[in-house]
Amino acid sequence: MTDIRLYMLQRISAMVLAPLIVGHIATMIVAVQNGLSAGEILGRTQGSIWWGLFYGLFVAAVSVHAAIGLRTVAFEWLKLKGRALDLLAWAVFAGLLLLGGRAVMAVVL
Amino acid sequence: MTQDADTLTVEVWRGDARGGGYVAYDVPRRESQTVLDVVTWIQQNAEPALAYRFACRVGMCGSCAMTVNGAPRWTCRTHVRRVAKAGRLRIAPLRNLPVIRDLAADLAPFFNKWTAAGGTFAPTATRDDPPAEISPETPQRAAADAGIECINCAVCYAACDTVAMVPDYLGPAALNRAWTLVNDARDGGQAERIAAVSGGNGCANCHSHQSCAELCPNGLSPTAAIAGLKRAAGRAWLRGGA
Amino acid sequence: MTASSAAPPAWAHRGHPLWIAWLIHRLSGLALALFLPAHFLVLGLALNDPAALDGALRWMDNPWVKAAETGLVLLLGLHLFGGLRLLALEFLPWSPRQKTWAAAAVALACAVSAGFLLSAV
Repeated sequence: MTDIRLYMLQRISAMVLAPLIVGHIATMIVAVQNGLSAGEILGRTQGSIWWGLFYGLFVAAVSVHAAIGLRTVAFEWLKLKGRALDLLAWAVFAGLLLLGGRAVMAVVL
Repeated sequence: MTQDADTLTVEVWRGDARGGGYVAYDVPRRESQTVLDVVTWIQQNAEPALAYRFACRVGMCGSCAMTVNGAPRWTCRTHVRRVAKAGRLRIAPLRNLPVIRDLAADLAPFFNKWTAAGGTFAPTATRDDPPAEISPETPQRAAADAGIECINCAVCYAACDTVAMVPDYLGPAALNRAWTLVNDARDGGQAERIAAVSGGNGCANCHSHQSCAELCPNGLSPTAAIAGLKRAAGRAWLRGGA
Repeated sequence: MTASSAAPPAWAHRGHPLWIAWLIHRLSGLALALFLPAHFLVLGLALNDPAALDGALRWMDNPWVKAAETGLVLLLGLHLFGGLRLLALEFLPWSPRQKTWAAAAVALACAVSAGFLLSAV
């Protein structure tokens, strides 16, 4: 079901995600203290190449990680197989990449 | 020699590959009684047609494993005292394997996976060569030694939820065997073995539930062995070998 | 090949701490993956409709939503620390203290989500 290639892609994306999630949680805890507003979020992120890179990498890694993870769950719990299974994994990957990429552009540009 | 007049209520699964159900038997309770003693008592006194499997009765041969009150156990060394709940036992064939009849599971898929996982030793020397000198102190040999006490009882295989969800997964015992050979300095089949455990049915499927280690009667940790295989196979993949 | 098996179901091998750690990891990952599209869509509002984003963020001031957000941070923490445990299990030398690490991951996740809740209220 899962070969070593998918396994390594999921573990490498996990290693990329781990420090980014720590940063994301820290940002959330700091940002939520004074209440969230569009102005506050955009004031932090707009025009920042660093936040753009941070969340751009986050979206890329999470798209890989979630696509492989959901593929495993779909096989093991929903008995999805073969072409349908691959299609699901690619659809999750592409969907998260597009939606996430759009969200990053929305808050950074 | 009944020391305790109590009786044990024992439900035994009876049937074959087409289906079956539990049949209850009353079995006299004895001091120091194993689950295999109970099954043997039923076969000798109540149900001569009962099919089950055992050989050595001392925890060496690995042939008597069954599902006891929902968990796989080596029955010859599992005391009733330790597993009976309120004087009740429920005994079934091993999970994750086809049933032949009653308590006898078909272990052919289990052993076929040993071969599929590269579990065959590939010698690099002949009988004319001097014996290899292997120091038991090397980390490599220590890693192999940690897994070689496996008795092929299939308790880990029956306990593995990954096998239950991914029926073609090679499973904890076969992969544990492969890991002992990966660490065997005398073996010459490493590339083939790593390729065998890297595929879609291989080590990457393991979720580290560690039910195998929890229930292994010899206290082995197939999860630790599979983690080693994941590292070896991952390294080979990074080098472009897989 | 086990499809032809007639063996009755068995459950007692489950429910030990490391099996529960697997279930937590799977359910938290599943929930986070399902939450992500909604998260991205709300942030994407900033592109065309900043007023709608502000509306969504005001809705998030609702105490029930704050509680749900704390739940999400808990899920993220559980998946993060549980995942770090798995990476250590697979890529570092074997540790026999698996249950301790699993318990530590849960404790850290609870601490982080409590920290979020305290700063959110």
